[in-house]
Amino acid sequence: MLSLGSSGGKQPAKPSFVSYVTPEEINSEKESPKKEKLPALLPGEVVFCSANPVLKYTQDEFSQRGVFGTLVCTNFRISFVSDEAQTEDTSQHFKNKLYGQNDIPLMCVDHIYGGYDDKKKLITGPQLKNKYPSKIIIHCKDLRVFQYCLTFTDEKDAKKIFQGIVHHCLESKSLKCVFAFSYSANNAEMQRKWRTVMFDSTDDWVQEMKRTKGNCRLVTENQAFELFQRLPQYFIVPAAVTDEDFQTAKKFSGKGLPIWCWSHHSGCALFKTATVPLMQEDTVSQNYMDRMLNAVAQNHLYSVKTEDLGDTLPSLQEVQLSYSKFKQFFLIDNSTDFWVSDVKWFSSLENTGWLDIIRQCLQKALEVVECLEKENTNVLIMEEEGSDLCCVISSLVQLMLDPFYRTLTGLQSLIQKEWVTGGHNFQDRCNHLHHKDKEHLQAPVFLLFLECVWQLLQQHSPAFQFSETYLTVLSDSVHVPVFSTFLFNSIQQRVSMLTAESPHTQRGPLSCPTVWDWSVQFDCRSQEFFINPVYTEKLRVDKTTKKSHRPKHTRQLSLPSSAFKTPPKKGFFKEETDSLKKMLRGKRLSRWMLSPDASPQGSSREFYEAWQRRPLDYHGVLLPQLEGPAVRVWMQRYLRWIPEVQIFGGGAVALTSRLAELQGEVQDLLRRLERQGRGPYLHDRPPPPPYPAATSPTLQLTSQSHLLRSSVRLSSSFPFISVRNWSFKPVIPTSVPQGLSFTDPDNIADKEDEYSETISLV
Amino acid sequence: MARDYKALRDGNKQAQLEEAPRIPGESIKAIAKDVMYICPFSGAVSGTLTITDYKLFFKSLARDPPFILDVNLGAISRLETIGVQNHGENTRGLEIVCKDLRNPRFAYKKEEQSKLQILEMLTRYAFPLSHDLPLFAFLYQEKFPEDGWKVYDPTAEYKRQGLPNESWVISKVNSSYEVCDTYPALLVVPSSISDDDLKKVASFRAKRRIPVLSWIHPESQAAIIRCGQPQVGPSDRRCKEDERYLQTILDANAQSHKLTIFDARQSSVADTNKAKDGGYESESFYPNVELNFLEIPNIHVMRESLRKLKEVVYPAIDEAHWLTAVDATHWLEYIRLLLAGAVRIADRLESGKTSAVVHCSDGWDRTAQLTSLAMLMLDSHYRTLRGFQVLIEKEWLSFGHRFASRVGHGDQNHANSERSPLFVQFMDCVWQMTKQFPSAFEFNELFLITVLDHLYSCLFGTFLYNSELERMLKEVPTKTVSLWSYINSQVEEFTNPFYVAYEHHVLYPLASTRHLELWVNYYVRWNPRMRPQVPVHQSLKELLLLRVELERRVEELRRDASSSSAQPSSATHTTAPMHTTV
Repeated sequence: MLSLGSSGGKQPAKPSFVSYVTPEEINSEKESPKKEKLPALLPGEVVFCSANPVLKYTQDEFSQRGVFGTLVCTNFRISFVSDEAQTEDTSQHFKNKLYGQNDIPLMCVDHIYGGYDDKKKLITGPQLKNKYPSKIIIHCKDLRVFQYCLTFTDEKDAKKIFQGIVHHCLESKSLKCVFAFSYSANNAEMQRKWRTVMFDSTDDWVQEMKRTKGNCRLVTENQAFELFQRLPQYFIVPAAVTDEDFQTAKKFSGKGLPIWCWSHHSGCALFKTATVPLMQEDTVSQNYMDRMLNAVAQNHLYSVKTEDLGDTLPSLQEVQLSYSKFKQFFLIDNSTDFWVSDVKWFSSLENTGWLDIIRQCLQKALEVVECLEKENTNVLIMEEEGSDLCCVISSLVQLMLDPFYRTLTGLQSLIQKEWVTGGHNFQDRCNHLHHKDKEHLQAPVFLLFLECVWQLLQQHSPAFQFSETYLTVLSDSVHVPVFSTFLFNSIQQRVSMLTAESPHTQRGPLSCPTVWDWSVQFDCRSQEFFINPVYTEKLRVDKTTKKSHRPKHTRQLSLPSSAFKTPPKKGFFKEETDSLKKMLRGKRLSRWMLSPDASPQGSSREFYEAWQRRPLDYHGVLLPQLEGPAVRVWMQRYLRWIPEVQIFGGGAVALTSRLAELQGEVQDLLRRLERQGRGPYLHDRPPPPPYPAATSPTLQLTSQSHLLRSSVRLSSSFPFISVRNWSFKPVIPTSVPQGLSFTDPDNIADKEDEYSETISLV
Repeated sequence: MARDYKALRDGNKQAQLEEAPRIPGESIKAIAKDVMYICPFSGAVSGTLTITDYKLFFKSLARDPPFILDVNLGAISRLETIGVQNHGENTRGLEIVCKDLRNPRFAYKKEEQSKLQILEMLTRYAFPLSHDLPLFAFLYQEKFPEDGWKVYDPTAEYKRQGLPNESWVISKVNSSYEVCDTYPALLVVPSSISDDDLKKVASFRAKRRIPVLSWIHPESQAAIIRCGQPQVGPSDRRCKEDERYLQTILDANAQSHKLTIFDARQSSVADTNKAKDGGYESESFYPNVELNFLEIPNIHVMRESLRKLKEVVYPAIDEAHWLTAVDATHWLEYIRLLLAGAVRIADRLESGKTSAVVHCSDGWDRTAQLTSLAMLMLDSHYRTLRGFQVLIEKEWLSFGHRFASRVGHGDQNHANSERSPLFVQFMDCVWQMTKQFPSAFEFNELFLITVLDHLYSCLFGTFLYNSELERMLKEVPTKTVSLWSYINSQVEEFTNPFYVAYEHHVLYPLASTRHLELWVNYYVRWNPRMRPQVPVHQSLKELLLLRVELERRVEELRRDASSSSAQPSSATHTTAPMHTTV
């Protein structure tokens, strides 16, 4: 059952400095009983405390059964090692090398509950010294639920493990105690190349501007964060922004500076900014904003539309509240709860508002796309920090308009560009450090973005190179404290932390793995599940051109502007042209910041319908469907751990395996034809559309097809739950269908089916 | 009649271009130009409206591409004249309430002769039975290479199941439909029961629908038995023959000492039925019998649920409250109940190795839903394109699901309380299963939708009338075309490219609302914004074609390594005679 990575696990590395371990805990480690089995430790991993025997409830049986074993808390995870002899689970295709299915990375712990008799109590902080519950229930951020029973455990051990877990999961800690630093300092062989554009060098930004034919100004003066702490070392602003403007911007710590996101082939571009608080009669800030807006407008055709996302999208507090309600429906403790919540399921989900927030974000992105694609105006999106919903919207816009970002490396580059370099406050939004005073800053903004991407993926599957599984794993990886990618609030914080924590200052900053180095978590075989088998790669006309690692931004205009015969509409976006003229006459701009008056819904409907009428081009503009049924629940992410909803022998894996199988056969045939020295298409047929397996040089799906050939033995939770010896017993709902006897005035439920009865209902 | 319109057609190019295409046997009954279709999605559009004896056809060249609306008259539930505002001279309106979840509306000028005729013709041909006219299926002239009436041969089907065997015989006791006029001519009954006893049992069962075998497990010999409710009445009447009969069924399965009865009804309703001379088997009179109620509401509740669903999906969707609105219809809850019931039956046979008797009140509505779903789970043959046709022919048609009454073919009495979308509900359950097991079914979604469209269309004879006897008396097999003739003449259209044939593999669908979803491509298909883009299976289809092509080439090369002048295969495309608007 237990499957742990063994990299460096043979000799548990000595911690260099473990200031965060209380002396008591070090003692407990020394006197740990011999019979306890410990998990194979990662480099830099230290055991804090452990207890045996602990009974872990297993969810996969329909009767509640358990397994005895050792519960361990380290500086990386909470781990459970079964006492039973572990047979190596060879059938598991999809194995995380860092943590197994019985491990919870500390950062991944969402809530801890104590089970006292029949009551379940949320644990929020340190507990009374002598009290501990009979049951620990842990809800994880990746939606797993674990239940450990302490009634068989020695009282002293039970107390220790409970308090240890509570302490290390819930108490606020300093950033340098995050496992990533300990791991990286003890793991030398980690430098490798990746194809993801990291946007940490001038070259990356120059390339990106070239690719999109942008014409803006690359700012290199912030290399040591002399100008703005909150902005990255390199960034791009409209060409019209001057050095003098930077001096003004310093007064606002860089807020108000329009940061370039992406240029449309027409020349117009998307910018984002943090809003400058506008005081009445504050001419400095107003003049500054005037200049910035003017600079954006000058980028192309002297046009700009602004959109304050704070006015039109839900607040971060609303996002957080909605998600915390939503996820509750998937954190299922037991079968009874499951069936109780099965009744009124759809309305319960809708009442959380989460799906509607997803819809609103997609809708907003659609409106921005319309401005860029149809009206060719520059767009400046803004919000308080300029790095939350701005990141969501700007990333979505780029996904819809630029097919490069729909590839796997493309999406990773996009996340680097907009989120990591763009300074999304991952640390605070995820509250990685459990700071009580920062709880109000918590909001699953990045998850919201992934949710939106998933909606696009399920609506236009062949347009994306990455799979649903990839997105799910990515959403999990945010809470794995090994990677530097999602750990910081800004580039400045990242650089200073990695420099400070470096064990050998002469050799430069600490090299902490990026999440994009998937080999840290998964072997090659598992990484195959990241590729979407139905992705249709763009037909490369010129076969001699070498595949550049960053394909050129497609120039092709998939929507000829003649397709839109709609009259210039009064958008809810503010037409800035008039205002700009006023501005040039020295007028105030404060009114620009007023919320829009026109209704946003329906305004983009015509745009969508015009697009829908055209033949679909997976490498052109892609728009989301937003009608009620189109926005759906990300089943894989939310349902994968719930045993009651596993469809044995079914689910999407049945499609994937069939596709992979066929692709294997086709490749095989192609090879045979080539071996006979003949191009397969001599006459009578144009070349077929290329499929990833046939053309992608790095990713071969053939081995996957061998794995999946027995898809009849897999379940809908594949690859997250592997093959089990399930009993082929069907799941039979246990809830009483009380909701069925709804109030009907005619009492039709009591009427007879028989035709002899003459009941007229109308 | 067609002559009258010749002048109109000749004199008006517009009308000519906007004329309806016809299928063999179809004739135009009325044409009216300058009719306005009030499209709820794209606004009003003017064009020509044609009424034939099969369809209503509206075409407008005002849009590019031309706007077309095509409604089978069979799908029409009722016609309503309405007042129209805001459309200029067009003050008169017509709302066509359809069974397939749409209500097209037209507007036209007041008091114009051709428009009045339209309404009259529409009424006549939408409800031919109410106007002493034949159903269109009897006029349809198309010839197909396949004969769908041969799809179901009961003897062959029972033989496939290994019947007759030592415990079960194929009895001809009902060959002249005397024992039960809603049952098929051939019945599988226990071999040890005499015809006299059968008749006594028949008199004890509702509508004389005796317990008969419908499916037998190839290994355990556990069987699915279906019947009508026992008429125990308020005084708990007993019938020795019936009790012995069930004991015989129990004895026929050596692997179990029990027999499970699944009463599809809500237990409270079953009790009410008792007062009306119906009822259920008492466990004290039937030893070793276990009685379970599946708590499924009746046909009226289902009809009401679909009516509510229509309000939710047509014409506009309230996207902010979409899921709550779907919940409020209870439609998916009933789907869940049905699937859960069928899973219990299938599990009883598969893991319990115990025979199951299934009945509701009469044994032709919920019983048909449950037995056919259970069989779909247990027997992979029914998941093939032809096997599924056999399943419908057997469990629904031959065992007398009252299609004519439930659908109301050609009948204008739209308020008839006998109407209910039970078959739609069954097909929805099948669709849910295909969603959960995307590679386990040989047929695709288009097949399911096509079957449902022709449930109403009256183009084919398949779903007409209430029983095998009625269809025989009306000479349906000789005078009409079977839906399966059409389907089986172009199988590729209806084949699921993902299909992998797993034999002897039991499928248990998940009866949880987590895995149930509204069948958008069927219920919401009239909303153009919900129209699917290129479906995913398209790329797989291409891949399949590519493989066929490559296989051909490899073969070609193997045969003749030196020749490069192999004949390109000329693909012969069979043009679809008609297509379901999806």
